[in-house]
Amino acid sequence: MYEIRFHGRGGQGAVLASKILAKAMVEEGKYVKAIPSFGFERRGAPVAAYLRFADRVIRQTTNIYHPDCVVCLDPTLPRSVDIFEDIKGGGVWVQATKKALDEVQYPALLSRVGFCDAFGIALQVFGRPITNSIMLGSFARTTALVSMDSLVKAMGSVAFRDADLDKNIEAARRGYEESKVYDLRGGMEERA
Amino acid sequence: MGKVIVCDGNEAAAWGVALARPDMVAVYPITPQSSLAEYISQFVADGIIKADLMDVEGEHSVLSVLQGAALAGARTFTASCGQGLAFMFEPYFRTPPLRLPIVMSIVTRDGITPQSVWGGQQDAMTVRETGWVHMHCENVQEVLDTVIMAFKIAEHRDVMLPVNVNHDGNYLSYGVEKVEVPDQEEVDVFLGEKNVNWHVALDPERPMGVDPLTGGAGGIGPSLFVKYRKGLCRGMQNALRVIEEVHREWGERFGRKWAPLVEEYRLDGADYAVVTIGSMSGAGKDAVDMARDEEGKRVGLIKMKTFRPFPRKALCEALSKVKAAGVVDRSVSFGWNSGPMYQEILSSMYFLSTPIPAISFIGGLAGADITVDHFRRVIDETQRVLEGGEVASEPIWLNEST
Repeated sequence: MYEIRFHGRGGQGAVLASKILAKAMVEEGKYVKAIPSFGFERRGAPVAAYLRFADRVIRQTTNIYHPDCVVCLDPTLPRSVDIFEDIKGGGVWVQATKKALDEVQYPALLSRVGFCDAFGIALQVFGRPITNSIMLGSFARTTALVSMDSLVKAMGSVAFRDADLDKNIEAARRGYEESKVYDLRGGMEERA
Repeated sequence: MGKVIVCDGNEAAAWGVALARPDMVAVYPITPQSSLAEYISQFVADGIIKADLMDVEGEHSVLSVLQGAALAGARTFTASCGQGLAFMFEPYFRTPPLRLPIVMSIVTRDGITPQSVWGGQQDAMTVRETGWVHMHCENVQEVLDTVIMAFKIAEHRDVMLPVNVNHDGNYLSYGVEKVEVPDQEEVDVFLGEKNVNWHVALDPERPMGVDPLTGGAGGIGPSLFVKYRKGLCRGMQNALRVIEEVHREWGERFGRKWAPLVEEYRLDGADYAVVTIGSMSGAGKDAVDMARDEEGKRVGLIKMKTFRPFPRKALCEALSKVKAAGVVDRSVSFGWNSGPMYQEILSSMYFLSTPIPAISFIGGLAGADITVDHFRRVIDETQRVLEGGEVASEPIWLNEST
C-alpha cells in the first residue's frame, strides 16, 4: 500500500487532485481510496486530502497519518503547516516552489524531492494560481508511479471548474516537463 | 457486466438512484448530503434520470411532496441528514404507517450542539424507532448496490415500508473508490415491475379514505388502531426475510455478496469479537487481521448492516460463537450512557443461553476518525474483559485523548 497526503489552500484543487490521481491509479490497475480532510474549507485556508493505492482491495476508510509521499500545492504553506508530520522514512516530497533544494529546509529522512514552479506555470496557463493539475504532472515525474497517459485519461472524466480540459492537460504536461527531481539518501537505512 | 468508474459515495448513491428509474425526486441540500443532491440534479439535467425533480423550500416539504407522489404511484427518492432530517421529522414518522415505500439516503451527520457539520450516526440513530428500515453501508460500492436493493425491499408486498440507506458523512460521502455500475437492463430485470400504491392510493379511479382519523377509546377505534400498528410491526419483521432474499438475489445476479443483516468476519476459532457498523468496519477488519495473524489473538468481527428491523436472531447466532464483545458505536445513547448499538446488543443477549461480557466504545463523533490503532485498543480492552477483567459502567470514548 502506498499513501499520499496532499496539502494545499482552499481553491487550489487539492481534493480534486486526489480524486484525479485516484482515477489515474485505477487506470494503472490499482485499487484506490481517496478521502479529503474536513474543516471549514474556504479559499486560502489550509486543506489536506489523502489517497491510498494498492494491488489489493483497500478496506480501511480512514485518514492517512504516515504518508509515503507528501504533495504540496502551495509555495508558502510549509511555513504555516507541518507538511512533513509523521512522513515515513525514505519518503518523497513533491513541492510547488521556484526555489532550489539548497534554499529550503526539509527533514533528513527524505529519499527523493521534486520541485516545480507551479505558480509561475499556472499564471501563464490559467492566469490564476491554480496548481493541482501542474503538481499532478510533477508527481508523475518525481515518482514514476503513474504515467502521463493515465493522468490525461483521468482528467478527461472530471468536471474542472476554473478552466477547460485542454488547459489542464497542458498544465499537467508542463508540470511534468519542468520539474527538478533530486535523489537523496534519507531513510535508506530504514528501507534496507 | 457494468462499467467501472471511480467516484465518491454521494455519486455512487446517485448512480443507484438513476438505475432504479425513479419517477420523482425531491431534495433540499445539507452538508454532507449536498453533493448527492447536486449529482442527481446533474443527472436529471443530462437526461440520465428521467424524473420530476422537486427543489422545494425545506425538508418538511421534501417528504410531504414524496408522500403525495408515492400515493399517486410514483417511485420516489430523497436524501437528507442531521438538522435537515430533524426538520423532516413530522412527515418522516408518518411515512411508515402510511406504508409508503420511499427510499432515502441518510448521509449521516452528528447532532448539534456544539455546532458541527461533520459525520457521525447520531441522526440515523435518533430516528431509529419510527418504522423505517435502516441499513448501514461499509464502502462506496455497497452504497450503490444497497440504494438499488432498497427499492426492491421497500416495494416488496410483504414489506411496503420506507427504507433509509445510511452512509457515513465525510468518510463515505466524499471517500472515492473504484466501483462497478451495473447495466441498466440487468437492474430493470432485478427490480421488475413497480406497483407502489396497490394498497393505498390517491387515484380518482379508486377512491378511498387515506389516513382517516382512527383510534380513541370507544367502538372499533382501539382495535382498528392496534390492527394498523401490528401490520407495521409485521411488515418490519417480514423485512428481515426480504432483506436476506434481495441480497441473495443481488449476489447471484451481480456477483457481489453483501451480508444482509449481520456479517461474521473471522469468527471461526475466535474467542471474542469486535462489533462494528458502517465505514469503520474496514479498519476494524484490518485490525482483526493484524491481531490474529501477527499477534495470535483469537479475535473476530461482527458487522451490523441492518439496524432496523433489529436482526436479533442473526446477531445472537454470531454472538453465541464468542465469549466477549467490544461494541463500537459512532453515536451516543444519552439515556443509557452508552452507544445505542451496545444497548440493543445487551437487550439481544436476553435471548442467548449465556450472556457474555460486553464493553461499549464510542468513537468517530463529529467527523473524528476511527483508525486501525483505535481498533487495536478495542481489541486489547475486550481481551482484558474476556480474561475476567471488570466491565466498566461507562463507555470508553475512543477519541477522548487523540
